[in-house]
Amino acid sequence: MSIIVDKNTRLIVQGITGRDGAFHAKAMKEYGTQVVGGVTPGKGGQTVEGLPVFDSVEDAVRKTAANASIIFVPASFATDAMYECIASGLDLVVCISEGVPTMDMVKVLDYAKGAKTRILGPNCPGVISPGKAKVGIMPAASFKPGCVGVVSRSGTLTYEMAAQTAEFGQSTVVGIGGDPVIGTNFIDCLRMFNDDLETKAIVVVGEIGGTDEEKAAEFVRQHVKKPVLGFIAGQTAPPGKRMGHAGAIISGGSGTAPEKIKAFEAAGITVVHEPQEIGPKLKERL
Amino acid sequence: MKIHEYQAKEVFAAFGIPVPRERVAARSDEAASLARELGMPVVIKAQVLVGGRGKAGGVKKVESHDQVESVAGSIIGMDIKGLRVNKVLVSECVDIRSEAYVGIVVDRATRAPVLMASAAGGVEIEEVAKATPEKILKTAIDPAAGLLGFQARNIGMALYGDAKLAREFAGIAQKLYRIFVQKDCSLIEINPLVKLGSGSLLALDAKINFDDNADFRHKEWEEMRDLSAEEPTEVEAKAAGLTYIKLAGNVGCVVNGAGLAMATMDLIKRYGGEPANFLDVGGSSSPEKMVTAMRIILSDPNVKAILINIFGGITRCDDIATGLLQAQKQADIRVPLVARLTGTNAEKAREILKGSAVTPADSMADAVKKAVALAGGAK
Repeated sequence: MSIIVDKNTRLIVQGITGRDGAFHAKAMKEYGTQVVGGVTPGKGGQTVEGLPVFDSVEDAVRKTAANASIIFVPASFATDAMYECIASGLDLVVCISEGVPTMDMVKVLDYAKGAKTRILGPNCPGVISPGKAKVGIMPAASFKPGCVGVVSRSGTLTYEMAAQTAEFGQSTVVGIGGDPVIGTNFIDCLRMFNDDLETKAIVVVGEIGGTDEEKAAEFVRQHVKKPVLGFIAGQTAPPGKRMGHAGAIISGGSGTAPEKIKAFEAAGITVVHEPQEIGPKLKERL
Repeated sequence: MKIHEYQAKEVFAAFGIPVPRERVAARSDEAASLARELGMPVVIKAQVLVGGRGKAGGVKKVESHDQVESVAGSIIGMDIKGLRVNKVLVSECVDIRSEAYVGIVVDRATRAPVLMASAAGGVEIEEVAKATPEKILKTAIDPAAGLLGFQARNIGMALYGDAKLAREFAGIAQKLYRIFVQKDCSLIEINPLVKLGSGSLLALDAKINFDDNADFRHKEWEEMRDLSAEEPTEVEAKAAGLTYIKLAGNVGCVVNGAGLAMATMDLIKRYGGEPANFLDVGGSSSPEKMVTAMRIILSDPNVKAILINIFGGITRCDDIATGLLQAQKQADIRVPLVARLTGTNAEKAREILKGSAVTPADSMADAVKKAVALAGGAK
């Protein structure tokens, strides 16, 4: 088992005719993901990397029985792409695009209420269940099949953490994205990892800004029976400055690293202070 | 992106939110003639993109006209928390009976905008939120329906205990929400919203922050941007597709990805060094980007060593390595470089850097230790 994506994921790529879309469609296919087609409005009928291109998600779903999509279109078109997936009843949409306005995302998530579509992102690296499926942009060689579930707000830091857990491998690694408003949060992933038989330990990689880590800690304290390890980036970040991610900002004295570390520790989460401590600490807890 | 009070008030006025009679001035003699038009007394307010200007002496009431020029002159050019005051707002004095706070932000937890209000206005709302959270009234806004009349009236009633004022408050709050949505704000605030002797409400101050992600549909923001309030190197970096934030230490860093960049800074500190900056080279790398990144970091005279930490995904390590060599040729690199390049095309990168003056490192921790040592060692 694993969470969110596996061998049954049938993926379409929105924006497949673009540079990034084409590149990653090929990479995901080579990894073994069932990539069944792509969508670019106005370019239906073409093929990219041997994959059929459709004009709409609806059309693609009808002809390929796709159940998931990954979005590579510019931020100004990304919300429309997400609405299209929700309306077409997909199980999963992963939005890689960076720079979606916060209120646009608020409206997308409001529209998705009651629908079955899980939204991951935006501004995220995607999700990988090593050995089964990769729906994202991560370098596949850094991930190995195994028993650690990883959930993270960042991209490359996720790769670093995965590389540090290589000894145990990963069930699934989820990058939830660095924006203030996102479709899938820490708690959603913690709940799934907790129920997943293959996952034996969970690594939560947080960063400054907001209170999602504190809420995740509370959830761990109440519901999670598996060992949980945590890391928080941004201890040296100055207040009031947006540290790259729109969500990574210390404002009004809240969202600081010490607060989050304290919340983790109070919930029984083993906090590591540098990525390379993850391996040894996992050994202790497993 | 933040805008000045006078700019936010222009937006308020355009949407029908009452503001004082006031005008902005860049010179003290201009301020004096504006004061003559408005009539004495006046309040002179520093226009600066940072809070706490009142405490810093940037807001002064002036009774007599012959003092306007000297007071305005003392505020223009003033340094408030490292920012120079270039303009002042000359505003009529109003008869204040009470001060409230009203603002709208997106609540990350509920994924919806929230209207916040407090009868304890005029002070830093974060302080109120910390000390007495029960004094802040909140109502969640449905993104599809918008801020509903009854929601705003209920908050108004709780603030004022008066039906007429509650209606007036609701009108202002709904206009505020219209601005929030149409202008893509990440924050909009009136602090204080004052009740006048005449019994009506007025926005005495105004604060608007825009959501930077929405800049593709707001070309007008470029004209509103006050570049003097931003670090020139941060502006240059942004134009090159980099995110750079200057810090006080001596170990420069070039990293791909915001999370890894923060983690790298933290590790520098953990191993006894001090990071000189945050720098995210972003997703797609090109050798030119690296040249710009190196130049920006080296413009800081405190930098004694530079650490390059790249976990290649979309970013290709060979691009980074080529850029490093180009930077060495084009720029005068006076400090040692340490590079840890892993992931996509890391092998090619190693080949490219073989024989160069760049110190290789095989892990993040190894790279940080080497860079801290080369910058003069742990403190």
